[in-house]
Amino acid sequence: MKLYCLSGHPTLPCNVLKFKSTTIMLDCGLDTTSVLNFLPLPLVHSSRLSKLPGWVSKDGTVNLEKELKECAGRVFVDSQPEFCLPERELLDLSTIDVILISNYHCMMALPYITEHTGFTGTVYATEPTLQIGRLLMEELVNFMERVPKAQSATCWKNKEIQRMLPGPLKDAVDVWTWKRSYSMQEVNSALSKVQLVGYSQKVELFGAVQISPLSSGYSLGSSNWIIQSHHEKVSYVSGSSLLTTHPQPMDQSSLKNSDVLILTGLTQMPTANPDGMLGEFCSNLAMTIRAGGNVLVPCYSSGVIYDLLECLYQFIESASLGTTPFYFISPVANSSLEFSQIFAEWLCHNKQTKVYLPEPPFPHAELIQTNKLKHYPSIHGDFSSEFRQPCVVFTGHPSLRFGDVVHFMELWGKSSLNTIIFTEPDFSYLDALAPYQPLAMKCVYCPIDTRLNFHQVSKLLKEVQPLHVVCPEQYTQPPLTQAHRSDLMLELQPPPMPYRRCSVLNLPFRRRYERVYILPELANSLVPSEIKPGISVATVSAVLHSKDNKHTLQSVPKPPPVPPSKKRKRVIEEPPVVLAPKPLLSGAVPLEAFLATLQKHGITEVKVEETADGHILHLQAEDTLIQLEEDGTHIVCDNNEPLRKGV
Amino acid sequence: MPEIKVTPLGAGQDVGRSCILVSIGGKNIMLDCGMHMGYNDDRRFPDFSYITQNGRLTDFLDCLIISHFHLDHCGALPYMSEMVGYDGPIYMTHPTKAICPILLEDFRKITVDKKGETNFFTSQMIKDCMKKVIPLNLHQTVQVDDELEIKAYYAGHVLGAAMVHIKVGSESVVYTGDYNMTPDRHLGAAWIDKCRPDILISESTYATTIRDSKRCRERDFLKKVHESIERGGKVLIPVFALGRAQELCILLETFWERMNLKAPIYFSTGLTEKANHYYKLFITWTNQKIRKTFVQRNMFEFKHIKAFDRSYADNPGPMVVFATPGMLHAGQSLQIFKKWAGNEKNMVIMPGYCVQGTIGHKILNGQRKLEMEGRATLDVKLQVEYMSFSAHADAKGIMQLIRMAEPRNMVLVHGEAVKMEFLKGKIEQEFSIDCYMPANGETVTVTTNPSVPVDISLNLLKREMALGGPLPDPKKPHDQILKLVSSEQALKELGLNEHQLRFTCRVQLQDPHSDPDTLHRIYTHLKSVLKGYTIQHLPDGTVMVESIVIKVSSSAEDPNTKVLLLSWSYQDEDLGSFLSTLLKKGLPSGLC
Repeated sequence: MKLYCLSGHPTLPCNVLKFKSTTIMLDCGLDTTSVLNFLPLPLVHSSRLSKLPGWVSKDGTVNLEKELKECAGRVFVDSQPEFCLPERELLDLSTIDVILISNYHCMMALPYITEHTGFTGTVYATEPTLQIGRLLMEELVNFMERVPKAQSATCWKNKEIQRMLPGPLKDAVDVWTWKRSYSMQEVNSALSKVQLVGYSQKVELFGAVQISPLSSGYSLGSSNWIIQSHHEKVSYVSGSSLLTTHPQPMDQSSLKNSDVLILTGLTQMPTANPDGMLGEFCSNLAMTIRAGGNVLVPCYSSGVIYDLLECLYQFIESASLGTTPFYFISPVANSSLEFSQIFAEWLCHNKQTKVYLPEPPFPHAELIQTNKLKHYPSIHGDFSSEFRQPCVVFTGHPSLRFGDVVHFMELWGKSSLNTIIFTEPDFSYLDALAPYQPLAMKCVYCPIDTRLNFHQVSKLLKEVQPLHVVCPEQYTQPPLTQAHRSDLMLELQPPPMPYRRCSVLNLPFRRRYERVYILPELANSLVPSEIKPGISVATVSAVLHSKDNKHTLQSVPKPPPVPPSKKRKRVIEEPPVVLAPKPLLSGAVPLEAFLATLQKHGITEVKVEETADGHILHLQAEDTLIQLEEDGTHIVCDNNEPLRKGV
Repeated sequence: MPEIKVTPLGAGQDVGRSCILVSIGGKNIMLDCGMHMGYNDDRRFPDFSYITQNGRLTDFLDCLIISHFHLDHCGALPYMSEMVGYDGPIYMTHPTKAICPILLEDFRKITVDKKGETNFFTSQMIKDCMKKVIPLNLHQTVQVDDELEIKAYYAGHVLGAAMVHIKVGSESVVYTGDYNMTPDRHLGAAWIDKCRPDILISESTYATTIRDSKRCRERDFLKKVHESIERGGKVLIPVFALGRAQELCILLETFWERMNLKAPIYFSTGLTEKANHYYKLFITWTNQKIRKTFVQRNMFEFKHIKAFDRSYADNPGPMVVFATPGMLHAGQSLQIFKKWAGNEKNMVIMPGYCVQGTIGHKILNGQRKLEMEGRATLDVKLQVEYMSFSAHADAKGIMQLIRMAEPRNMVLVHGEAVKMEFLKGKIEQEFSIDCYMPANGETVTVTTNPSVPVDISLNLLKREMALGGPLPDPKKPHDQILKLVSSEQALKELGLNEHQLRFTCRVQLQDPHSDPDTLHRIYTHLKSVLKGYTIQHLPDGTVMVESIVIKVSSSAEDPNTKVLLLSWSYQDEDLGSFLSTLLKKGLPSGLC
């Protein structure tokens, strides 16, 4: 059993597991941090961005004025943002049988994998994962396509040139493999390969292994996966949460007794407490509004935003923000809010019971009804005429490189009254802000990452007791910035097996048994004999029938009766076709008892000779020699009669 | 031999009070717990004394599964769980769990408040009963206990209707509840995978009907409504609050829009708003088209359909009214019916099945004079139309489901005996499987033949698979678990030595050739006789037939008398003795 690791990003994993005869891809995460190296895509022409100076190396030998721009001491690529894809050279992607998706954030690379690689398999995901994943992809494509860039920068990718660039561009890896966003057509084609599954549904893959998604508690429809055969069990844990937010709680007990547990998607903010961050979020928001400023919240259009809105729903009245408009701007804002209300089955118990009343499970329905929250597909159109300040705007993309958020950065960045509050943990806020410097706007960083922290995960592992743990190498040492915090790493016995991008791990697995089914008539014909108390033995002679990786044992088929021939009978010439194998013999032959038996059959003249290993019996009348040894009996004779001797 | 037993306590050769007991692999499962609309006495509920005469329900049953929210499938639930007494798990889907208590409360109100019955379940009982319910998701495999697992499939029929797959070990049963194999305006079609259950228990309401295309029926329906409105008549459509009502509302709504009609459409009080809200929240259970477009336009927000008030019934002019309940046995639909029955301009359209004993059933059978409470009689002058919109599978649909699931046996319930008989014949003929149609209290017993799962050592399995030949003698020591290992390993594990029993036989043969020639002649001879066996002529001067060794040596006295030594092990006894007999007869002279 082998694990191929195609992504180095611990929370946006992409691994391939070869197990028995199947090849299973676990998640299909797209590393979007690469976009931080690019210049933002403004929705309306920005004179500031277009006036940025081009970059020329200090000695003047390299001139990439057209491709690279400098802003506040950092260099950005002036081109459509590109993403770092999962490794595609490590193994032949067309051999992948299935792709298991654990949550909608971990499927963004799907079109790159399922299209143009010869992939012919099936993708498994839950319904919310599919629907919301589709929205996120749609949004991404929309963000990119509505502001097309004429030029595409490639010169900087030249190895010789990249070497001379300032950091972090200099250190970016595999820049040649970076790709622009996919098209909607590719998204549709990729998602048409998705097969929906429900929690705890058991899906057979080629009869060889069984896969089953489990609730992971992180987002709507998010799942961990169990991949097992009758004797082996692999658990894949990705993006799980034990906090009580909107999704169904995590199913922990089903992870028990795993041979191997692959652990990814731990919190990216191990030191930030989500509840504390939420409180800080609310207080900063209220402070800014009261001072007459606007609040900008760059966020994904699904996920934590539901919790933020719910939190605000309770907070608005107490903070007397009743008249402040809240805007949610995204091409998929409406869909995301609507979809969140129809997945009752996938929600926590509290929200489920609301549906029985029947009431919408999320309170943002009421915010919309009372006009406190408004949603728009973009800043163009209705929004521009209805827009009032001061206000709170939720919009994407959290990288600040594309989407409507770019417009608000340009609009509000110059005033210190305004505040930007970062809640998504995927991007370093300093890097995200870099191309907007200098900035007067206040910046508040309260990343909310509900995924498991190190304390929770070690408790979980103690409970479910996997034999081996595999995890990204990042989890086996403390974070670089906090090297002394040995509590921010995984410490396990035996130590976890670390992986990095392009690793190929041999998982410590010895398969020893397989399941076969004995057909009833064969089972009936077995004659067990008790060898030791409690242990019975029966010999099984059967035909092994293997089909679809299922093995059955059938009785040895009886030969078809010989058609009666009209010629003279040649019975003698017919070989004994019935190959009913004789039972296997075991044990040694006790001499005394054997002699007694012989006597019973009228054989009395027996000469017994002692040899080194046993005895030789000479049956004189029959001209037969019988060698009795510890582990064998050899009968030498002239005719067949004495052959009927049992043991 | 293991057996599966199926006993209907209700819905055996009948429609109403569905309740089926299944005993499988030592587990007892109750499927549905419905009431009968046609009775007001004890026959209203399933006969639980079948179980309770031997003890408590909770002790006997491992779980209860409700297929959907129609009262003939869940109406006896509070009675069973709170009055007869059952504390075990009750499973149903989320929409069923949401809607079922509302219909039960409705039913209770009609029975207790309107008819004044006592000794009936209370609102509190409904609440307590619903607390015992565990929601099921589609396709989720629920482990009721270590051995019993259940899985729900989409059944169409009404919002949240499910078929259930029940499995213990390798034995399984599928219960369809009510289902629909053709998608309609708001629901999708039932679907199940090829799960090959030992028994498929199917409803058979429309066992003999092959219904024409849905489009035709819809056009017919619209035409009739339209004509009646045109001539100033009132149209009453008795429906159940949830299900068919929504489908017909969607139909009329779009028709009104297209034809720009002005006559009012009303929906009887109370449930409307709420019911439509359920549809909005459980939109994932509706059909694909509605699901796809719900963000832009929610099909369950109606523009033309308004809430009904009792006083509207006397308003002049045409109107269409949807009123509950669907079989005209009580409540608002019956009241309106009484008001409108005398006018031949009016029309009542029965869009679904009516059980025996209800007014709906009577008028559909052409009865024009009805005896009402007291001595009053009611003359029925209005037009009575029947349009089968109830979402049950027809004969074609039932056959289609059998093809999908490939069961080994069929049990028909929820249908009329005569019709079942017909379908039973058809099923047995087409699929050559046994088909049963037990009456209430009658038990069907099906013997199953499960194979025995054992663990085989991987080495042995690989060796055998590579060989592609018959299996040697693998052993399986009986421990708690069954294992299959190779014979060598088994002997080793058991601390036994293998005992080789070999026989060597001397055969004398007259053959005037040299030893190697003789051997070769034997080889050729055996080759011609023993087809299909491995016969090898080895360079060390032996011939091997399978594992039997044949050696030739000349006798010291006479070079023409050859002595053959045949040696074989006990496992090859048959072949060995055959060979020695064969060779004793000498070699045919024709051989060279």
